[in-house]
Amino acid sequence: MYDAGKIIAGLVIFVGIVTYPIWGSIGSSVNVPVPVVKTSGTCVESAEYMRANHMQMLNEWRDEVVRDNNRVYVSQQYGKEFEKSLSSAGKASCMSCHSNKAEFCDSCHNYTAVTPYCWECHLEPKEEI
Amino acid sequence: MDENRRDFLKKAGVGSLVGLGVVSAIGVIAEKEGKASTVSEDTSGTRLGMVVDTRKCPEGCTICSEVCHSIHNVPDFRQADRSPDLKHEIKWIWKEPYHNAFPSKSGAFMSESLLSRKVAVLCNHCKSPSCVRVCPTQATFKRSDGIVLMDFHRCIGCRFCMAACPYGSRSFNWQDPREESGKQVKGGKDINPEFPTRERGVVEKCNFCAERLAKNLKPACVEKCPEGALTFGDLNNPNSEIRSILKSNNTIQRKPELGTGPSVFYIV
Repeated sequence: MYDAGKIIAGLVIFVGIVTYPIWGSIGSSVNVPVPVVKTSGTCVESAEYMRANHMQMLNEWRDEVVRDNNRVYVSQQYGKEFEKSLSSAGKASCMSCHSNKAEFCDSCHNYTAVTPYCWECHLEPKEEI
Repeated sequence: MDENRRDFLKKAGVGSLVGLGVVSAIGVIAEKEGKASTVSEDTSGTRLGMVVDTRKCPEGCTICSEVCHSIHNVPDFRQADRSPDLKHEIKWIWKEPYHNAFPSKSGAFMSESLLSRKVAVLCNHCKSPSCVRVCPTQATFKRSDGIVLMDFHRCIGCRFCMAACPYGSRSFNWQDPREESGKQVKGGKDINPEFPTRERGVVEKCNFCAERLAKNLKPACVEKCPEGALTFGDLNNPNSEIRSILKSNNTIQRKPELGTGPSVFYIV
């Protein structure tokens, strides 16, 4: 093999550059964000359930409210009734407890690189900064 | 397989006879179904509708559309010189000259008052809505109480519904309906936080205040009309206020000849 030293050295450098995103981030990992809940009390379901299923629940609520005019959610865990509402000022809605959108919604959504389009139309609550 | 010309022709003949029989049978069945669908008005269930008394509607008054457009965050697109931007206009309820609202009921030698009259027009919440038939994503649909609604989440902005609607009741958001700040709709009004805005690329129209009906409130235009020119109710309930008005007045619908079955009636 001609120029074996140069080729092998070049390959090592090439592999090093290509795999940089993998080894370059070792030790500098970003901590998993913990959503900040400002209010006490319980959500419509347990926190674990909401963490795993809130996206699906919001989709179901949306279809039920818009299409079937079914606006009341009965909690499976607590048996209480809740209004199916994401963001409605003054009334019970998701955002009336979780009014800190940046800390509550965005921190995890940014971490997992999902961009829900809720706020293109729904009005996010005003945050006291 | 050994088959001669004679056998082949026999089989082909029998096959074509069977085929003809099936086709004519389908024709007979289809005809029966077609006849069944032309029976008189079905009044089962709820069918929400409205009566507009255009005689009571004062000239120049636009309270109904102002109220509707402000609670539903309908943007008011303006050109650089602040004149209305008609290309991007979005409207849920607005006033139209009589001959535009009722082109098939306008003729020669009409009364002066009709010629100059402006008629409040809105989505007719048709009995058989053509917009619902053409929507490829079922973003627009007819609710069991007769309201033709939009699910803005599903609208892909193809505008088939706008082409299908014979009343021009639908508007398209060519531009972002919100100001850059995100706190106001275009035109400078603050966003009503009780109701979402739309985003660029979706169609919108009157929803008969479905969000208010859920709270047992009347549509905002009906509630706020200072002259009581608008009456809202269940067309299928013979004891409703709207039916008593329909019974005692001569009313017309917009373009009923198209067969959409408008649920908005007009006293002229």
